This record gives sequence, structure tokens and C-alpha cells, in this order.
Amino acid sequence: MKLEGKKLIWKDYQKEIPDDKYFYVRSCIRQNMFPASEHYFLKIMREDLGKDVYETEHHTTCGGIGYHCDVIKIETIMSIVARQFALMTEAGYKNYAVSCITSFGLYTEIIHTWQTFPEILAKTRRQLKEATGREFEIPEHVAHASDIIFKLRHEIAAKAKYRLVNKKTGEPLKVVEHIGCHYAKMFPHKGVGGAEYPYVLAGMIEAWGGEIVDYPERRHCCGFGFRQYFVKSNRGYSLSNTHKKFESMEPFKPDMIITNCPGCPYFMDRWQYVIAETEGKTYGENGRGIPVFTYEEVAGLVMGYDPWDLGLQVHQIGPESVLDKMGIPYDPEAKYKGLDGQDLGRPEMPKNISCC
Amino acid sequence: MKDFGFGLKKSGVIDLDQTDWTLLREIAAEEPSFMNCFYCGTCTATCSAGKYTGFNLRRLQLLIKRGQWDEVARRIPECMLCGKCQWVCPKGVNTRHIVMLINKKLHARKIC
Repeated sequence: MKLEGKKLIWKDYQKEIPDDKYFYVRSCIRQNMFPASEHYFLKIMREDLGKDVYETEHHTTCGGIGYHCDVIKIETIMSIVARQFALMTEAGYKNYAVSCITSFGLYTEIIHTWQTFPEILAKTRRQLKEATGREFEIPEHVAHASDIIFKLRHEIAAKAKYRLVNKKTGEPLKVVEHIGCHYAKMFPHKGVGGAEYPYVLAGMIEAWGGEIVDYPERRHCCGFGFRQYFVKSNRGYSLSNTHKKFESMEPFKPDMIITNCPGCPYFMDRWQYVIAETEGKTYGENGRGIPVFTYEEVAGLVMGYDPWDLGLQVHQIGPESVLDKMGIPYDPEAKYKGLDGQDLGRPEMPKNISCC
Repeated sequence: MKDFGFGLKKSGVIDLDQTDWTLLREIAAEEPSFMNCFYCGTCTATCSAGKYTGFNLRRLQLLIKRGQWDEVARRIPECMLCGKCQWVCPKGVNTRHIVMLINKKLHARKIC
């Protein structure tokens, strides 16, 4: 078949994503900020879709935070990554599933470096062997967990109890999709749709009934940027990035935001509170913010899992407006109760933004 | 309002839809050669004041056309009105007159 026009351009940005048999590595920070997202990724994959996903408590950080904060050298990071791959090799897997966007970018960068400079790969193998006695194989496929949910989006849609549709009006919810920078901006060919037109979250939104919001600053960074956030005096830059995105999306009146990165949902969620408390500006309806979700949380919602089991009560901007629109039942009294029914306490409510 | 120890940074983006063009229009109306400048920088290269201060006529023309008057107001008193810039300008821009006009207009606005 002769490829022409858009098909010719897009063939470079298609990605082979296996749909089964993955070795899964978690993010360092996601379990604190979105405590159920990784758990529900595994639950949906294993219990709802019947896939083989293996994880081990022996894996560590990939080192990406230290790398992007300029405190750990790349040679050290390579040894850490090599150890992760050794765990995968020992477990008998060849497909590597990554929860974190920055880890995904880092694995991609390191594998590319090893393929380009075989002498560096040989050095890393030697260092890992000397330090730990382990050996490793490079994964045949490295997929971000959102790639896998994207691949399985129609299977999830087929089992869905709810859709990204306003139950009262029948209109699709207007959804902003935000892709983490390290997904495809460094290596566009490793992401579904490349850097400028990534389709990984847009595909999920379409499959689950929502309408994608195309706004001018759609591909702008959320502002996390590591150096911007971790140094307090630089946090104004981080905040300003998020502010720029919200100013740009505001006229389109989005109902919700869906992201695939550890940092993006955190900052797009929390900075709405800071903007409200410092500038008095809110972007949602009736003095609320715009709820921000991870793709696992949205997959869990459409599959019919309880919003509080999905950990949505730890969001700064409460998810209730989206739950009401989708017609998802929830118990307001259970919002701040733990799994054992124990009261977790109620957070102090901000003055300038309604958070529930 | 709360103080978190950090806040929004002013964007460096020049939004031409929000630019105040009044100073540019007034100067161009009184000295039409102002619009002939093509930013070669010959005026700045030969400027006596520019050797000892941050005065840069090329930059000031650009700032006026962007509506960024603050730096113009800070720098304009540094000009000694020697007129060398006018001798060397390949486009015949009446630079001395422009400096005088900028001074007059900013004083009228109580900016300078």
C-alpha cells in the first residue's frame, strides 16, 4: 500500500504496544498524591481485563527526580535502570510497563544511549555485575501505563458502567487532556501520536464518550519542571506556567482535566488553589475549580468503582461536579473515611475556592 | 489574600492586542522619519553616551514600538543630544528630534 498525506506523516508516530505480559514499575511520588491510581491500574488490568502484570517490591526509584534536579549523574542512573531491567529479566518478562512519565522518558533516553554507544552499555553491564552480581536484558517493549490503557480503551469502554457524558443533557463532557512533557517531547517516535499531536489520552476520551477541548496552550508544560518547583524561590515560574494554561482553557469551559503524568495532575490541581488564594481567580463553575484526574482514576470511574475507593477525596479540587454530571452515585459522608470506616479527619477549606 | 512566599511571574510575552500605541502614533505624526528606522544599530554604534551608559537608541525605538515605556523613561535622560547618530543614520531618521519628542511626551504623561 502506498502511504500518502497524513498517513505517511503519522506512520512514524504509531507505536507497537503489547496488550499482555508486563513487568510493572511504580512511580516514586504518585502513591502520595493519587494513592489509588496505580492500585486500580493493576486491578483493572488483572481482574477486569485478565492480563498478566507482574510487580515486585524489590524495584526502586529510576532516579529520574535526582537526574532532572541535577543531583545524580547519568552513569549512576544507568546502573539503577540496569538493576530494574535485571529484575524484569529474572522474572521472565520482556515488556516493561512504567507508571511515571519521567521514568518513561528516562528509560527511553537510556536505551537510546545504549543502542547508540554500545561501549556505554558494556560499561553499565560490567558495573551492575560487579556491584550486584546481576545481569539484564533490554526490554523488547517499553510502554507507559497510559499507552496500555490506550491500547485497551475499547475493552474498557465495552465494560463501562458510566460514560464521559452529562447524564441530564446527554451532551459529552468537555475534557482537557494534558500529556506529561517527558512522554513524547524528547523522543516523539516513542509516543502515540508524537510530541505535537499525542493521541494517547485523546483516544481514551473519545472511546469513553467525552469531547476533547482544543485550546491554544494545550501542549504547554504544567510548570512542574523539577528545578522550577523544588527550589522554593523558583515556584513562581511553576505557578505561572499553570496559570497560563488555565487562562488559555478558561473560555472553552472544560468540565474536567485528564493527565498521564505524576506532576501534571498534582500541579494543575493544587495551583488552582494557590491562584485562587493569591489572585482571587477560579476557573470552574460557581467559584469551583476544574477537577483534575489521572487516566487510571477516569478509567476506574467509567468502570463503576467507588470514587472514594479511587482516592478522589485527596484532590484539592473536589470531583463532585464531574460525578454529578456523569450520574455516578457517591456518599458525601463517606468522603473522609478510610477503608476500615475510620474517620480520617476533614481538611481546612480554602477561602476563595469551593473545593467540594 | 495569602502569601506563599512566591507568586505569579509577569509574562515576557508582548501581546500586541494589549499594546498602547499612543506614544508611537504621536511621535510618528510629528516626526514621520521615526517609521523609517530598520534597526541597523549604526546610531548606537556611534553614540557617545552609549559608551559610558546603557543608552541605546535602537533599543529605545523598538521599545516604543512595543509599548514598553518604562525602560525608555529610565534611559532617555542619558542622551547628550550631540547628534552624531543623526549624521550616520543611513535612513535619514531625525534622531535628535525623536529624542526631544520622547522627552516631551513622557514628561507630559508624568512618566519621565
